[in-house]
Amino acid sequence: MGRITLEGVAKRFGEAEVIPPLDLDIPDGSFCVFVGPSGCGKSTLLRLIAGLEDTSAGRILIDGQDATRVPPAKRGLAMVFQSYALYPHMSVRANIAFPLRMAGMAREERDRRVEEAARVLNLTPYLDRRPGQLSGGQRQRVAIGRAIVREPKAFLFDEPLSNLDAALRVGMRIEITELHERLRTTMIYVTHDQVEAMTMADRIVVLNAGKIEQVGSPLELYREPRNRFVAGFIGSPRMNFIEGAEAARHGAHAIGIRPEHVTPHPSSGDWKGVVGVAEHLGSDTFLHVHDTGLAETITVRAEGEIGLNPGDTVYLTPQPDRIHRFAANGDRL
Amino acid sequence: MARAVPPARKALTTALAWAVGLLLFFPILWTVLTSFKPEPVAVASPPVFLDFDWTLRNYQDVQRQRDYFDYFQNSVILSLGSTILALLIAIPAAWSMAFVPGRRTKDLLMWMLSTKMMPAVGVLVPIYLILKWLDDMITRRTGIDVGLDSHVALLVILTLINLPIVIWMLYTYFREIPGEILEAARMDGATLRDEILWILTPMALPGIASTFLLNVILAWNEAFWTINLTVTDAAPLSKFITGFSSPQGLFYAKLSAASTLAIAPILVLGWFSQRQLVRGLTFGAVK
Repeated sequence: MGRITLEGVAKRFGEAEVIPPLDLDIPDGSFCVFVGPSGCGKSTLLRLIAGLEDTSAGRILIDGQDATRVPPAKRGLAMVFQSYALYPHMSVRANIAFPLRMAGMAREERDRRVEEAARVLNLTPYLDRRPGQLSGGQRQRVAIGRAIVREPKAFLFDEPLSNLDAALRVGMRIEITELHERLRTTMIYVTHDQVEAMTMADRIVVLNAGKIEQVGSPLELYREPRNRFVAGFIGSPRMNFIEGAEAARHGAHAIGIRPEHVTPHPSSGDWKGVVGVAEHLGSDTFLHVHDTGLAETITVRAEGEIGLNPGDTVYLTPQPDRIHRFAANGDRL
Repeated sequence: MARAVPPARKALTTALAWAVGLLLFFPILWTVLTSFKPEPVAVASPPVFLDFDWTLRNYQDVQRQRDYFDYFQNSVILSLGSTILALLIAIPAAWSMAFVPGRRTKDLLMWMLSTKMMPAVGVLVPIYLILKWLDDMITRRTGIDVGLDSHVALLVILTLINLPIVIWMLYTYFREIPGEILEAARMDGATLRDEILWILTPMALPGIASTFLLNVILAWNEAFWTINLTVTDAAPLSKFITGFSSPQGLFYAKLSAASTLAIAPILVLGWFSQRQLVRGLTFGAVK
C-alpha cells in the first residue's frame, strides 16, 4: 500500500515561501510525475514527502497515517537520487543490502533478496565491484536496486536520469516504467523534462513557483491545459500563442495552437507567412514560420518530406476544434 | 603535465630547497650528534662537528638516572588516549557543523579556534588550583587519582587543548562528503548512529586517519602542560627531557640523548605515515 496525501503542506525557508499551502492526493499504485521548470519547488516537494525537509505547515499522510513528524528512516519510502548517492566504500552487494541490514534482516534472507534484485536489474556480474568501477547506467541501476530490495510503500525518484546520456536515458526510462508495471508500487518521479513526464506518468502534477498548476493524466493535460503555463509546458515543440486581433476574433485574450494542429499549404490557407527555418527530422519537418503578423514565430509540424524551404511563402490553417482560448490572466476559457 | 623548466632554474630551486631543508633539520641533527659526544666536547668552542670520540655513555647515564620506559609509556597513554577521546567528541561535533549547520556554526568554529590564540600560561594558575582542589576533594578521599600528576587530568587537558584543531580538520573533511549520500542512508532506514558509524566514518577515514596522526604528534610533543602539571606518575617524555637540564654542571650531552630518545618514536611514526599526513593536510586543497 502506498497512498500519499498532502493536506495544506507548505514550505518556507526563512522569509521565502517556496511552496505555498497545497493539497494533493497520490493514489496507491500510481506513477505520479512532478514536472516543472527548475526552481519550481518540485524537488522540495519530494523531499518534504521523503521527510528530508520539515514541513512549515500542513500534514503528510501515508496510507492515512499522519507521517508529518515521522523521520525519513521510518516512513517506509525509498528514494533514488539524481547523483545516485551510492556508498562509495561499499561493494554493489553491500550497497543494495544496506537498507535490509538497517532493518535488521537475517543474513540469508538479505543475500537472497540482493541476488534477486541484482538478477532483475542485470547487476549480477557486478555485485562485488565498487560503485566507482561502474558506468553511469549501472550506478543508476544499483541505486534502483537499493530502493526495490526493501519493498517500500512508495518510490521517490529525484531527477534520476538527468546525469545519463540521451540514449541511456531512453533505455532507463523504459526500464523504470516496466518496473512500475511489474511492482505496481506507488512511484513519485520528479523531472524537468516534459517528455519523461508524458511517457512515464499516469498522473502528472505540473508545478510552477511552488504552486500546483494542474493535475491530470498526460493526455488530459495535453488536450485541456487549464492555463497558458501548462499549455506551454506540456507538448513538444511548444504550443504557439497568438494575442491581439486574431485572438479577439475567437473571443479570447490569447489563443494557443499546437504545432501538430496547424496544416501548412503552399498556396492557400488562413494565415500567410514566410518559412524561416525548416528542421528536417525525416519523419517530421518542423517549420518555423515568420512574418505572419500574429506572433514572432509560428511553429508547425509538417510531414517529413514536405517541399518547403527557408524563404518560401507558406499558408497555415489551424484545426478549429484544436484552438485553445485563454483569458488575460492566463486561465483557459 | 610536465612543464619545460630551464635547467639552471631547476638547479637553483633544488639547491634552495636543500638549503631550507637542511636549515630546518640542522637542530635535530645537532641534537643527535651531541648525544654521542662526551660532555666536555658538547660545550666545546669552537664546536666540534664529527671529529670526536663517539660514545653511548650519555644514553647509559640517562637510563640509569631515570627509566625511559616509564615516561615512554606515559607518552603513549597520553597522546593516544587524548587523541581517541578528542575524536570521539569531534566526529559528532564536526558532523553537526558540516551537515546541519545553524546560524551560529561559523561563529562557533571561529570561537573554538580563538581559544588556541590565548597564551596557555594565562590559565595555568586556575587549572593548577582546580587540579589541586580535585586532589584534596577526590584523590585523598577515594584514592582515585584525578588531580595533579594524574593520567585522567592530563588526558582531559590534552584532549581539550587539541579539540579545536581536531574539529576543524574533521569539519573540512566532512564538508567534502556529499550530503545526498547521508540522506540516502537516512532513507534506507539508518539511524543517526548508523549514519555516522557505517557511512560517514568509513568515507572520511583518510581524513580521520591524518587527523589522528597529527593529533598524536601534537599531543606527544606537548610540553607546557605536561611539564607543569606532572611530577612522575603521569610524566611523559617531555618531562623526561627537562629532568636532564640543571642549573650547574655539564648536561648538554645527556640532555641531547634524552631529547633524541624522546623524539625517536614520533620521528619513526611520522616517517612511516608521511604520505597519509601530507595527503590529509592537503585534502580539499588539491582534488
